[in-house]
Amino acid sequence: MTQTKKTSLTLGPVYYLWDAEKWRDFHFRIADEAPVDRVVIGETVCSKRQHFIEPHLADVVERLESAGKTVILSTLALVTLNRESKQIREMAEVSEHLLEANDLSALAILKDKPHTIGPLVNVYNAPTARLLAGRGAKRICLPPELPFSSVKEIVAEFPDIDFEVFAFGRMPLAISARCAHARSKGKIKDNCQFVCREDPDGLPVRTLDRQSFLALNGVQTVSHACQSLLGELDHLVEAGVRSFRLSPQDCDMVAVAKLHRAVLDEVVDADEGVAKLRQLYAAAPLANGFHHAKEGAVWVARTRSLQAAWPA
Amino acid sequence: MELICPAGTPAAFHEAVDAGADAVYCGFRDETNARNFPGLNFSREELRESIAYAKRKGTQTFVALNTFMRAGSEEIWYKGAADAVALGADALILADFGLMAHVAEKYPQQRLHVSVQASASNPDAINFLVDAFNAQRVVLPRTLTIADIARIGKNIRCEMEVFVFGGLCVMAEGRCSLSSYATGKSPNMNGVCSPASHVRYRKDGGELVSELGEFTINRFPAGEAAGYPTLCKGRFDIADSNGYAFEDPVSLDVMGELEALKAAGVKALKIEGRQRGKAYVAEVVSTMKAALNSPPERRAPLLARLRSMSEGQKTTSGAYEKRWR
Repeated sequence: MTQTKKTSLTLGPVYYLWDAEKWRDFHFRIADEAPVDRVVIGETVCSKRQHFIEPHLADVVERLESAGKTVILSTLALVTLNRESKQIREMAEVSEHLLEANDLSALAILKDKPHTIGPLVNVYNAPTARLLAGRGAKRICLPPELPFSSVKEIVAEFPDIDFEVFAFGRMPLAISARCAHARSKGKIKDNCQFVCREDPDGLPVRTLDRQSFLALNGVQTVSHACQSLLGELDHLVEAGVRSFRLSPQDCDMVAVAKLHRAVLDEVVDADEGVAKLRQLYAAAPLANGFHHAKEGAVWVARTRSLQAAWPA
Repeated sequence: MELICPAGTPAAFHEAVDAGADAVYCGFRDETNARNFPGLNFSREELRESIAYAKRKGTQTFVALNTFMRAGSEEIWYKGAADAVALGADALILADFGLMAHVAEKYPQQRLHVSVQASASNPDAINFLVDAFNAQRVVLPRTLTIADIARIGKNIRCEMEVFVFGGLCVMAEGRCSLSSYATGKSPNMNGVCSPASHVRYRKDGGELVSELGEFTINRFPAGEAAGYPTLCKGRFDIADSNGYAFEDPVSLDVMGELEALKAAGVKALKIEGRQRGKAYVAEVVSTMKAALNSPPERRAPLLARLRSMSEGQKTTSGAYEKRWR
C-alpha cells in the first residue's frame, strides 16, 4: 500500500484485571519483542483495581522506554468520585508522560497540555475533533462504533492530527456505575473481592439460547466478538489513518502485533493475515461490522463489489 | 424544584402544559434526538404551535438535539439548532461537543443544557462544559448517588437537573454501543436503543422468545408477562446461572427522596418518557406536581399512585442509592 507517512501501532491499555506479575511480564515481553511504537498503560476500567499494578509500574515504564516505545498513561473511563478526579489531576501535574483522556473530566484537566484521546471519548465528527485538537489533543483514537464513512470524513479534515482506529480487540461497548461482574458472582461493587480477577479475558455472557454474546469485565461490558480491521488496513491507510490500536486480549499479543505490522508492510496479504489472526485468537470470532456501518457483531467479507463501493 | 416533562407528540405536549409542567422537553422528527422512534416527535410547524401554547401558559420548552452529529452531515444538526432557536426554544439540550461549540458561538444568548447523553459525571467535566460552552444546566447521569450529587452541586457553576421517574439506563448514557452491536443502530448515532424494527417474538415450545437482531434477549414461560427486549434488561446465561445480568425490567422512581434531592441542590426534576402516550403524561405530571406542592408527610398516597403507573409496576431508586451498585 502506498503511504506518504509511516504507519504505527499502539498497544492499548489492558482493560482486564490480570494478576500483577502477569501484567508486568506481559509488558516486559511487549517491550522486548513486539513491533509496537507506543504502549498505553494504567487502569482504565475501575479505580478499585489501581493498587494491583502500582508496584510494577515504574519497572514496566522503564523497560518499555529502554526498548524505544513511547509510554502513555491511561486514565479512568468513568470518573464519579472525588479521589478519582484528584488522581487524574495529580497525574497531569507530575507525570512526564503523555496522558490519555477517556472521560470528560480528563479533557478538562488536560487542557493546553499535550495529550491523547482514547477510544472511549465520543468523537463522531470533525468539529469535535477540531475542538479537542485545539485543547491539546495530539492523537485521537476514534470510537470503535464509528463507520468507515465517518472515519474518512474526519481524517480528511485534519491531515495534521494523527488519527488512530481500534483495529484489534473485544469492543468496549458500555460502562456502568453498577458492577454486573460482581453481581453475577453474588457480590456488589463495594464489596466485590475483585472477583473479576478470575476472568482475564472477560466473563462470557450467553443468551438463553446459548449464543455467545458479550463479556463482563468489572463495570465494563465488552463484545464477545473481537473487532479486527486487519482486512481493512489498506483502505484506512489510504483514507489517511496513520495509527492502529491493538487492545490486549489474553492471547499472544506479540504475535498479533507482528501480524499487523506484516500486513501494513505488505509482507503478508490481508486474507492470509485474517486467517492467521483467527488462529492466534481462537477464543472469539472476528467482527468488523461497525466499520461497514452494520451490526458490530458481524463479519463482512471483502468482495469485489465491496471494494468497488469505495473507490480510492 | 422545577418539573421537566416529556412530550413525544403535540397532544402530549398540551397535556403536560395543562398538568402543570414547568418545562416540556421534546425533539424534531429525525435523527437529531435520542428518541427517534416511528410516529414520535415534532415537525417545525408542530413545534412552533406547541411553543406558542406553552408561552401563553408560562411554560418553558426545551428542545433536545442530543445525538452525535454524523461526520459529513453536520448540517442536519446545525439546521435543527437554528430552527429551535428561531422558534423560541427556552433551552437546547445537547450532547455533542462539536454541536455545543457551534451553538455557543452562533447563538451566545441561547440557553444551553448538557444532555444526560454527554455523560458529564463529575465537577471537572461539568465545569469544562460551563467554561467552554457556557452551559447553564447539566442533566446528571443516572450513575450517581444522592451523596455524589450533593458533592457535585457544591463544586459546579451551573444548575443540576436529575431524572426521577420513568425508564432507567443501567449503563452510563451516551457511552453505550450495546444496541448497535446487535442491531447496527445506536442511541448516539441514530437516536434509538434496541429499535422495534429489529425486535421479533417467536414461540418455542411453551415459551415466548424475544429477540433483538440475531440475539435472544429473553424467554418467557407460559403465564409470565413478556416485556420488550431492551438489550440491557434481558435475561442471560452467565457462568452457572441465568437471570437479569444487568438490570431487572424495572423503572426508576426516586420521588421518595424529594427532600434529599432538594437538599443536594437539585434545581429540576426530569421525567423520562417521550415515547409514552398523552394519558400517561397527563397523569404522571399532575400527580408529581401535586406531590411537589404537598408537605412531605402528605405525599405517600400520591407516590403510591405514581408507582402504580410504572413499567411493570416494579421500581428502583437505581444508582441514587449506593447499594444498587
